[in-house]
Amino acid sequence: MLRYTLRRFLGAWPTLLILMTMAFFMMRAAPGGPFDTEKTLAPEIQANLDKKYHLDEPLIKQYGRYLYDLAQGDFGPSFQYKDYSVNELIATGFPVSLRLGGTAIILAFFIGSLLGTIAALRQNTATDYTVMATAMTGISIPNFVLAPLLILLFAVNLQWLPAGGWNDGAFKNTILPIIALTLPYVAYISRLMRSSMIEVLRSNPIRTARAKGLPEHTVILRHAMKPALLPVISFLGPATAGIITGSVVIEQIFGIPGLGRYFVQGALNRDYTLVMGVVVFYGVLIILFNIIVDVVYALLDPKVRY
Amino acid sequence: MTAQDINALQSLNSKAEIKGRSLWSDAMQRLMMNKAAITSLVILIIITLMVIIAPAFSPFEFDEIDWDLILTPPNIENRHIFGTDAIGRDLFVRTLYGGRISLMIGVIATLVSLLIGISYGATAGYLGGKTDAVMMRIVDILYAMPFMFFVILLMVFFGRNIYLIFIAIGAINWLDMARIVRGQTLSLKRKEFVEAAVACGVSTPRIILRHIVPNLLGIVVVYVTLTIPQVILVESFLSFLGLGVQEPDTSWGALVNEGAQDMEIAPWALLFPAGFLATTLFCFNFIGDGLRDALDPKDR
Repeated sequence: MLRYTLRRFLGAWPTLLILMTMAFFMMRAAPGGPFDTEKTLAPEIQANLDKKYHLDEPLIKQYGRYLYDLAQGDFGPSFQYKDYSVNELIATGFPVSLRLGGTAIILAFFIGSLLGTIAALRQNTATDYTVMATAMTGISIPNFVLAPLLILLFAVNLQWLPAGGWNDGAFKNTILPIIALTLPYVAYISRLMRSSMIEVLRSNPIRTARAKGLPEHTVILRHAMKPALLPVISFLGPATAGIITGSVVIEQIFGIPGLGRYFVQGALNRDYTLVMGVVVFYGVLIILFNIIVDVVYALLDPKVRY
Repeated sequence: MTAQDINALQSLNSKAEIKGRSLWSDAMQRLMMNKAAITSLVILIIITLMVIIAPAFSPFEFDEIDWDLILTPPNIENRHIFGTDAIGRDLFVRTLYGGRISLMIGVIATLVSLLIGISYGATAGYLGGKTDAVMMRIVDILYAMPFMFFVILLMVFFGRNIYLIFIAIGAINWLDMARIVRGQTLSLKRKEFVEAAVACGVSTPRIILRHIVPNLLGIVVVYVTLTIPQVILVESFLSFLGLGVQEPDTSWGALVNEGAQDMEIAPWALLFPAGFLATTLFCFNFIGDGLRDALDPKDR
């Protein structure tokens, strides 16, 4: 098991290296530097700026320096927020995003698998159709459509909840963004859970369990749940990536000071180091999470050999 | 042999000519039974036709500004049946025009990913061995990348170019396609007809193209109907952030973004494009589901 985990970690390095390399060269290939303003700077100032940020060195040396800094966990200074390093910006934005995204993924997992199981147990009944139709709606309405609709209904018309803002993470402010972020993934997971549960319920081990005369809830909870959850577990990797991407939009719509919002602002302001920092940071996070999901999967699935 | 026997033989013969049931006719029959899928197909065809034809019949151009009619609600008398936007452009025409771009991006980017995915997956699966291992390892490595962020970076760095959107989105989506196609190819290449082709001395590229790829069609069709809505979603997401299609051109995502800004005073500017976008995604998903059930009815 330990060896498998280690091997998965080693296998992540090429991905990580390609990620950083692509990010770096894309940034450098982009037309327009971060200091391009309306008025041209005096050549001396330009030269000084270039020197300070090592933009005057040969590309390969810059690349080496960039990797070296990253290896030490240093994302460099932000070009736009002059007094902050990218690390500091990530440190302020990430806890907010983590709270949103973390809650969303946990809720999506539990509600989704619960709904999927219920639909599978009542296959081809009104309950099943209702859950599946709702899930289809959840998949088809993108979160950036859902979020304004939620605001329109609950904040503007009914005035139950605030339309946006973070308010230091007050519970009321988190409800709408979390719903908007969670709902599509509840839909995906419940569909996934339904079809895998249906398949598992037809399998031989379950027939045996029933033949033994075990009560239905024992059959479901002790015997069917674990194998049925496997596809859902392996979906958690892509789901996390999706929720992180989704949080970019959600934070933008609700005006939440998270990492996603920095990312969009940075992207629009051509704050290269900030944007790069966020991409690499999230990339590492997603890769790490994928490894954890794989290891958990291997632990749960007796068919995986390691 | 009596005349009766001959008659019996002939009638047997004609019975034998009764058409066999192929996989496709079987699947077609099952699909026809699926009301949700067929309804979706009809709605989708209507939306597609509307998007292509209807703007021509409207008295307004998609970029025609009317400063006297800013954010007017839907009104049949002044012929702005979906109302107008923040600078007085007709929303009916803009919604359909945006749909044209959204659907076009959906279809073209899917074709791009299809082309790359099929050729890559079929080659890896058919050649097998070390080539396969290396090719699929590359897919694994790319698979773990947060591509959405890269698309955003591309848009930021190289400008908001519509062709770049096709390429960027197509370049992400081929990974899934390649995996699915490879899996299918692995089982296909052990079939007798491939062996026969090899025995006849057909060249490898020709076997892949003539014998493997046509047999992948079923799974590809299902996957295409499920990829198109994904692509539309990605494009809308980019346009929503202001990184996709640029003014005065528009797409459903861009319209939703504009609508969301004025939704307190003019909810119709949000609701019409959002409705079209969601309905289209809904229909594609239902058709994809229906096709999958029709071709592989094990879940029903």
